[in-house]
Amino acid sequence: MNILVCISKVPDTTTKIRFLSDASGLDTNGVTWIVNPSDEWYALVRALELKEAAGSGKVTIITVGGAEDDPIIRKALAVGADEAVRIDAPAHDAAFVAKQIAAWVKENPVDFILTGKETIDYNGSVMGGMLAAHLDVPYVALVEKLEKSGNTTHMHRDIGGGTEEVEVEGMFVASATKGLAEQRIPNMRGIMAARTKPIHVTAPVDAQPGVKFKNYSLPPEKGACKMIDPDNMDELVRLLNQEAKVL
Amino acid sequence: MATIVFVDSFKGHIKKSAFESLTYAKKAQPGQEIIALVAGDVPQDELEALGQYGASKVWHANGPAYQDFDSEIQGKTLAKAAEKANANLVILPFDHTGKSIAPIVAVAMNAGLVSGATSLPDTSNGFTVKVNVFSGKALAEVEVLTESKVITVNPNSIPVEKEEGAAQVESFDPGLNISPRVRVKAVHKNTDEIPLPEAERVVSAGRGLKGPENWGIVEDLAKTLDAATACSRPVSDIGWRPHHEHVGQTGITIRPNLYIAAGISGAIQHLAGVNGSKTIVVINTDPEAPFFKAADYGVVGDAFEVLPKLNEAVRKFKEASA
Repeated sequence: MNILVCISKVPDTTTKIRFLSDASGLDTNGVTWIVNPSDEWYALVRALELKEAAGSGKVTIITVGGAEDDPIIRKALAVGADEAVRIDAPAHDAAFVAKQIAAWVKENPVDFILTGKETIDYNGSVMGGMLAAHLDVPYVALVEKLEKSGNTTHMHRDIGGGTEEVEVEGMFVASATKGLAEQRIPNMRGIMAARTKPIHVTAPVDAQPGVKFKNYSLPPEKGACKMIDPDNMDELVRLLNQEAKVL
Repeated sequence: MATIVFVDSFKGHIKKSAFESLTYAKKAQPGQEIIALVAGDVPQDELEALGQYGASKVWHANGPAYQDFDSEIQGKTLAKAAEKANANLVILPFDHTGKSIAPIVAVAMNAGLVSGATSLPDTSNGFTVKVNVFSGKALAEVEVLTESKVITVNPNSIPVEKEEGAAQVESFDPGLNISPRVRVKAVHKNTDEIPLPEAERVVSAGRGLKGPENWGIVEDLAKTLDAATACSRPVSDIGWRPHHEHVGQTGITIRPNLYIAAGISGAIQHLAGVNGSKTIVVINTDPEAPFFKAADYGVVGDAFEVLPKLNEAVRKFKEASA
């Protein structure tokens, strides 16, 4: 079983977000970088479980980025991926990343592709769908359960207000959400092994981004919190109705 | 030129997101023709009523291929509709459906895609749209670099506008000649539940509730408020509540008009998922809980006492204003 997992580098979840003075991008000073949680916790771990259950196969991770991405690639290798591919280009936007990964997959066929449901930096939830469209294979979003039997893959997907059980034959792209697997903490052996696992650095193909992010800002500060007496919920309801106008 | 709006339905009825998307389309390119694409079984009167929200035409794609939701079929149908209408703008909701379909349409149209718009486009200098980034910790502008554009609209970002009107309904056959590659074996729908990402009001609780058996007081208040229920990450991790209720940086991001949080301390990861909410009410026994800093209204008290009292107060208010 030959599985590809798309991962992305994102600021740690506890990061206090700050921007450059010209608002053109994130102030990366002091930022700790991690593998995007749903890529690592759900997509990668489920891929490893499937490989282990099959008793053979390979889990390859792929990302688009510069050499500064290598530490988080090593982290994913420490969790258990066998090898890594880094397409050596800035990750301009989801459209650009999807074109790059699709071009690599066309040259290096895999059985199926998993990725996280969204990254915690741009939250677009679209890279997986674009990748599937470029490869002309089915896309199953927000998968919370995935089992293989031969060429058939059984999945449960979150449809918002419910769950759907679906099946696909052969190659597909799925985005992983909570429930698909449990986070694995790399052990010392994994960390040591990751040092010598290969990171294949490849040149990007010619592709254009569709959008450009700019003028970053922080949300306006909230005014002071109005404290309400716990024995006077009528007052809270009055304020929600007359002041906040949400009732 | 036209704008195509993807209209989603649930259990055979048009979803609220459609009215938001149509209002968005009307204001994004005033005067341009708006065509609503509806796939699947929906009653004729609901299709015509889309005219009240700005659609001049409704293209209705129906038949066995639309029985189950298939993002590929729906995405390709939408792309064909956009091609036929010579559309330069396609609008979808930023929800489960939109997230599945929008990337397929964007690739088919070779269009730049804005995910989760929170504002109308600003066309004074190029074409830019505001979005939330870093899971709601920040905002940014997205400039679309392509001629054709696809925008998914964040729920509760655009107040729906309604006027007199009826759309002209035509059946639409995209001539795809493909069958679904994703086979749906079973659907489990949570009956009577308001889908969390679309809910205008949300009542959420955390570890302060002490156990899953205590969620009755949360559900009671949610019911009185016509709200959805949500929870913090620890609560979904230990299995007290289903995963799809987890809001926060690694769960889902929501922006309801009213978010009531009981027994949640307000870690930065949780705040990221909810700080787009219009009004936040925090109930916590600890006056030092960080969540109070992000709240509009705070109650220092025990959720077990405050939630039932709040429920009673809301009930009284609703009776008085009925």
